[in-house]
Order: sequence, then structure tokens, then C-alpha cells
Amino acid sequence: MIEDMKSRRSLLIGSATTLSVAGLGVVLGSAALPTAARAATGNAAQDIQLLNAALGLEHEGIAAYQLGAESKLLKPEVLKVAVTFQSHHKQHRDDLIAAINKLGGKPVVAKSEADYAKELNASSLKSQADVLHLALKLEKGATNAYLGVIPSLGNPDLYLFAARVASDESFHAAFLGSALGEPIPEKAPMFG
Amino acid sequence: MKTIGNSLWLALPVAAAALAFGVAAAPLPPAPSAHPPASPPPANASRGAEVYEAKCGACHSLDANRIGPKHRGVFGRKAGSVPDFHYTPELKKSGIVWTAQNLDKWLQGPVKMVPGTAMGFQLRDAQERADVIAYLKQQSGK
Repeated sequence: MIEDMKSRRSLLIGSATTLSVAGLGVVLGSAALPTAARAATGNAAQDIQLLNAALGLEHEGIAAYQLGAESKLLKPEVLKVAVTFQSHHKQHRDDLIAAINKLGGKPVVAKSEADYAKELNASSLKSQADVLHLALKLEKGATNAYLGVIPSLGNPDLYLFAARVASDESFHAAFLGSALGEPIPEKAPMFG
Repeated sequence: MKTIGNSLWLALPVAAAALAFGVAAAPLPPAPSAHPPASPPPANASRGAEVYEAKCGACHSLDANRIGPKHRGVFGRKAGSVPDFHYTPELKKSGIVWTAQNLDKWLQGPVKMVPGTAMGFQLRDAQERADVIAYLKQQSGK
């Protein structure tokens, strides 16, 4: 039940302009989509809402890694990985902002770090493992979130975008799970 | 590792040949039905807790508003009514009350149920929906 950052964060959706699919494909780096997939266009206003929810997710992910990095709980080699993963989320954030702008919407802005710390119960993080468990939970959830939103998206270019981001999140989850010594899941598919 | 690697390289051409001749090593699962079952399967709140964390937890918590509103007490609540969370006008004016039936419909297709909502995530597995709804009901003290 993701609900609205629209009023809270002054989301001003522009007119429900339908962006050309090819144009959005360029924004999202998916110019290689099949011609057939380019034929349909979606409801831009609805897609803006869903992309903004995803953007909220990325803002939170970036903040979570920031909280971990500033916690002084991470060993240097782990901190390096966390910063790299955070940079991936920043790339996702920037791609989402570009796509929302291209569709005529207004991207939601991040909350304060204090807000995220409260929402994520950062005060409960007492060890490196605690930080990694939080990151793992968020990465697993984000993978499922991106996969689960695909059927609701109107613009076919966004299907591929969401799948690509979900793949990044699942890579992060696999790495974190391995670092924490979690067993390999026995059943597939693991997500979605 | 060498043994595993050799086995894999041997197995792949065999599998490919089997597929090429239409002899699948294991039957494929049936395609998902376009029609959901008439009545939801027996629900399990414990399983629902796991599904909730894995599939809802990216955006939701029981006691904190995050990407989406907090969920404790959602069962039986009117949609769009958490005081400190800002909703889309579309959901706020929907008049929906979160019963098991409405939650099931919502989780199958939120955008279809309330066009304009910010939630697009679909939980397509009927068993998972039933389990999550049971968990939310339990956590709502119902």
C-alpha cells in the first residue's frame, strides 16, 4: 500500500502527457527494445506515481547505506562495498528522476536523514551484522518491489528498466547474504 | 569444483538435446490460471509474516510510515486514514474499508482497483495473499 508522496512532497504531476516510448527508452538506456514493444504507450500520470514510489524506495536505500557508513560499525572493506552499493542506488535514483521529468512529473525529494533513521530504527544497529541484515532486508524487498510493480506499469520501456534495477538489487542481496553466511535458497524462483 | 564443472559441461548438451527433441527432463508447471479460485486457500499468519517481510517490507513497516503507510491496525481501517501519512486523493476518496476481500482485490491489482494510486506492487500468488492478509489481521488485533 504505497501511498502518496504527492501532496506531502509537493508532487505536481504535469498533464498526463504520453511520452513517446522511444524517447523514454533513450532516457532509460533501453534503446534496444523490440519494435513490437514500442507500439504501446501507457498512462503517463499513473506511471509517474509508480516511478515516484520507486524513487522513494531508492532515497531510503541511499539513506540506509549512509546510516551504515556513518555508524562506525563497518570494517573498511565492508564500508567500501556499502559505498559501492550506495552508488548503484544513486544511479537508480538519477535514472528515475530523469524518467519522471521526461514524463512531465515532479520527482519526490528525499526526507531528512533523521527521518530515515527513525523509520528504519537505526538506533537498534549495534554491530556490522546488524547493518548488513538491514541492508539485506531492504535489498530483498526492493527486488520484489520492482518485480511486483512491472505488471502495473503502462509504458513497456519501464518493464525492462524495472527488471534491470531488480537485477541490481538481487545482486546486492546475494552478496550481502553470502557475507552474512546465509544459506543459498533451495527453491527457485527466489524473487517475484 | 573440477568434478562439478565437468558434470555441468556434460549435462548441458544433454539437456539441450532433450529440449530440442521435445523431451523435457521435468514437466513444466502449469500456466497460471487467469481466473483466481472462488474461495481463498487456508491462510497461515506465520507464513504471512515471512511473505510480508520479503515482499511488502521494502516499502512498509507495521509501526512506521515509510514509502507506504504503517500497517498495524490496517485490517478494518478505512483506506487513506492514517493521520500522519499523506495519501493520493484517489485512495483517500475511494471509500474502501480494508476487509479481507478488499485487501485480496487490492493486492491483485491496486492500480486497477484505485486508478491513480501510488502503489503498483501486485502480489499475484493467492496463497501468499491469503497468508499476508491473515498476518495483517492478526497484527491488527482482529
